[in-house]
Amino acid sequence: MSNESASHGATVPQPAVAVESFQPRSQARKDPAWVQWLLVGITYLVIGLLVAVPLVHVFHQAFSAGIATYFSKLLGDKDTLHAIFLTLMVSPVAVAMNVLFGLAAAWLIARFQFPGRALLISLIDLPMSISPVVAGLVFMLVLGLQSPVGQWLREHGWQIIFAPPGLVLATAFITFPLVARELVPLLEAEGVDEEMAALSLGASGWQMFWRVTLPNLRWGLLYGIILCNARAMGEFGAVHVVSGRISGQTDTLPLRVEKLFQEYDIQGAFAAASVLTLVAILTLIGKALLERKVHKG
Amino acid sequence: MKTIMRRVLPGFGLSLGISVTYLSLLVLIPLAACVVKSLDLSWEEFTRAAWSPRARAAYWLTFECAFIAAVINLALGLVVAWSLVRYRFPLKTLIDALVDVPLALPTAVTGLVYASLYVKDGWLGHFLTPMGVEVAYTKLGIVLVLVFTGFPFVVRSVQPVLAELDADEEEASAVMGASRWVTFRHVILPHLLPPLLSGFTLAFARGVGEYGSVVFISSNMPFKTEIAAVLIVSRLEEFAYREAAAVAVVMLGFSFVLLALISVLERWSQPHVK
Amino acid sequence: MDESGVSTMGHPCHNRYHGLMFQRLLLIFVGIYLAGATGWVLWSARVREKGTTVNLLNAACDPTRELWREINTRFVEHMERERGESIAIRQSHGGSSSQARAIVDGLDADVATLALWSDTNAIHKAGLIEDGWENHLPNRSLPFVSTIVFVVRKGNPKGIKDWADLARPGVQVITPNPKTSGNGKWSLLAAYGSVVLQGGSDAEGQEYLYKLFAGVPVLDTSARAATMTFSQKKIGDVHLTWENEAYLEVEEAKGALEIVRPPISVVAEPHVAVVTANAKRKGTFAAAEAYMRFAYTREAQDIIARHHYRPTDPEAWEKHKETFGAVEMFDVARLAPGKKGPAEVWAELNRRFFSDGALFDSIYTRLHGGGKAP
Repeated sequence: MSNESASHGATVPQPAVAVESFQPRSQARKDPAWVQWLLVGITYLVIGLLVAVPLVHVFHQAFSAGIATYFSKLLGDKDTLHAIFLTLMVSPVAVAMNVLFGLAAAWLIARFQFPGRALLISLIDLPMSISPVVAGLVFMLVLGLQSPVGQWLREHGWQIIFAPPGLVLATAFITFPLVARELVPLLEAEGVDEEMAALSLGASGWQMFWRVTLPNLRWGLLYGIILCNARAMGEFGAVHVVSGRISGQTDTLPLRVEKLFQEYDIQGAFAAASVLTLVAILTLIGKALLERKVHKG
Repeated sequence: MKTIMRRVLPGFGLSLGISVTYLSLLVLIPLAACVVKSLDLSWEEFTRAAWSPRARAAYWLTFECAFIAAVINLALGLVVAWSLVRYRFPLKTLIDALVDVPLALPTAVTGLVYASLYVKDGWLGHFLTPMGVEVAYTKLGIVLVLVFTGFPFVVRSVQPVLAELDADEEEASAVMGASRWVTFRHVILPHLLPPLLSGFTLAFARGVGEYGSVVFISSNMPFKTEIAAVLIVSRLEEFAYREAAAVAVVMLGFSFVLLALISVLERWSQPHVK
Repeated sequence: MDESGVSTMGHPCHNRYHGLMFQRLLLIFVGIYLAGATGWVLWSARVREKGTTVNLLNAACDPTRELWREINTRFVEHMERERGESIAIRQSHGGSSSQARAIVDGLDADVATLALWSDTNAIHKAGLIEDGWENHLPNRSLPFVSTIVFVVRKGNPKGIKDWADLARPGVQVITPNPKTSGNGKWSLLAAYGSVVLQGGSDAEGQEYLYKLFAGVPVLDTSARAATMTFSQKKIGDVHLTWENEAYLEVEEAKGALEIVRPPISVVAEPHVAVVTANAKRKGTFAAAEAYMRFAYTREAQDIIARHHYRPTDPEAWEKHKETFGAVEMFDVARLAPGKKGPAEVWAELNRRFFSDGALFDSIYTRLHGGGKAP
């Protein structure tokens, strides 16, 4: 991207202005007024109907019986509270697993050339295009009681499927590429000079990693974590297959939303949904703040 | 240069070990197990399970809806990205932020809200139903939620490219007397094609895999509104593990093809997209 | 992480020292939190030996949520009072077949309270429920039975009275998918039976089902999802559902819906069973058995009747039968003439109606899949 604008920049008197400013520089770039009105109108309509109305609707439904009811639905229901707790336990573990992988994969891909590198890059994206239901199904097939592995686990007193570890695995699968995808291009852009300098000054590999590599990646990493966490907390399809839906035990918050809805507790369902929506909104705010840092750095 | 680095930079073995182990344990081995499970079936059984008229209808519907939604997103995404980059209007920052909502909103919430908005007496449904437009429980509903989930991909692919587009070519084109439309078609659009396509493919891939929101708003009728993911669940509930795995394997095959397509497109549009 | 490593992370804080402290505390907090969460997840994976409280898991079919919730509370009180034992019961709900499959796949349920004989038997076939389970508990392991009735909109605008009305053009019927739901299977069998047991031929029965499913706008995967479609999302003219579910639905709708009883319907038999293998392994067999037997006590039978299931205890039935409307209920075995015992009957019913390529599939192939006749 930077190459592109730079090569053009040689022939353009003031490239920086054209790039930085969102305003058309001359009359030639101005669209007719009716086109502007039309396009902006469509934008309002699309974002309004597609995004804003549903968001407002969630909170409107959740608070339709008053704030007191809202909080009693949310905090007075043991199973909903447990669902929140479970979601707060499961997602961070899944995200942490993906962070570990993301760092390793980014280091590997951005710093080394080896046979199978292109394949690895493609495989990282694989879970993105797999239906969550298939993801749930494969874990069921591998770890369920029908398989030898599942039998072995049961004989040794482990319960993976229909227990939190199964939820962690399914969630980690779905959000697998999100951290690595952020880190690889960032690390590639970073270059190796600082790291080489650290090594030549006698730093060990770990010292170099903690003091040079990781600090340089910090905002990108945080960005990946935030996105990964949002997806992890909201995962439905894969978790639905491996959860067993035991109230107060293996119901995550999205599953709880469905269950409350089916138990005629519409307000409860929307109250739970509003928590998830709030997480989504906070994620976006965090993302917007970080985007500035990432792009500056 | 990079082969030299392996001798200089530490951590090749460790990072390779972690990456490969994690990838294998979490992704490759489970997927392989799914394929192995479906191989329990003879070829005839496999085709009967994975290529029955009902299954074909489900694949077709899945791809049709994802495709239509991605095409709609192509147009809407371009308009929104164009407005956000080129114009000034009230609430622009807010609108820009709202574009990302579909990436962060849980699919179950999407399905719940959309179904509740578009049923006969929902906020939007009670305007649309008298006009004869039925969204909830129809193919239209599936397309709508897929438009929602895939929407940010196109906008976010096009936006940076559009923002960095050079003014000179446009000016030159205008000076030479081309109309605004001709300038757009012949000068601007060629630059936007790679990001548009990559956004389209991402939105399409996401739509093919989508489950949570679709299952809420679709009527899940075999041959009509049953997407492939719902078919898999339905076969699973009939204790037909191998048959479910067979359908899953076909979907996996499609995923691989899509993946290859995405990586080709990304390479093609590399200079434009981060 | 050592100090210099942190310092490069420069926090936008005027006081550098405080910034460092803050970052360090934050990192420590995140580390502790992650360690705690990981530990908890791993700990939760261990199947623990019996503690002071006996934990039971009831994997139940969809419409029985409210019923079991009340019976559970009473049973826990009962055990505390009578035997001084502390018991906790958890519920899992879903489509009957999906629950059965979950148990077969390793859901650690102590009891299975499903909608269909064949679902419970699938768990038996996987070796998790002992042989002869059907006679292990009283009344063929049926603490209650039910039937399929109609729910219509207020005032019955479409004038629906009998099964034949459902096949009229322009009548939209809501019922869950017979492939995945017990409710769906019972609905289909009741509809078919209403034709063939009242003098119709098999072909007429099939044609009737074809017309009926032509009017189904949504096929939900479970009973409760179908209820929501009909009552909350207001799709369809008539909802075919369990009698108890119909009552609950009408109560919740506060006057917007009413029940119509068809003159003839099926005896829907939701069997209960202790999942022997799980309960024995967990050491909860005695409690699970007591739990299931508790469902036959006078106390539980009253609760059952109050939730509009038909109690099977003769005395309880005498006491409550006024509250149930008159429906001629036929045994599903009559739809599989010549077959003896539930195993043969259900094998035949599945073969003819529900399995791959059977009647239900052919109806949908004919409806939407290019108009081929079954």
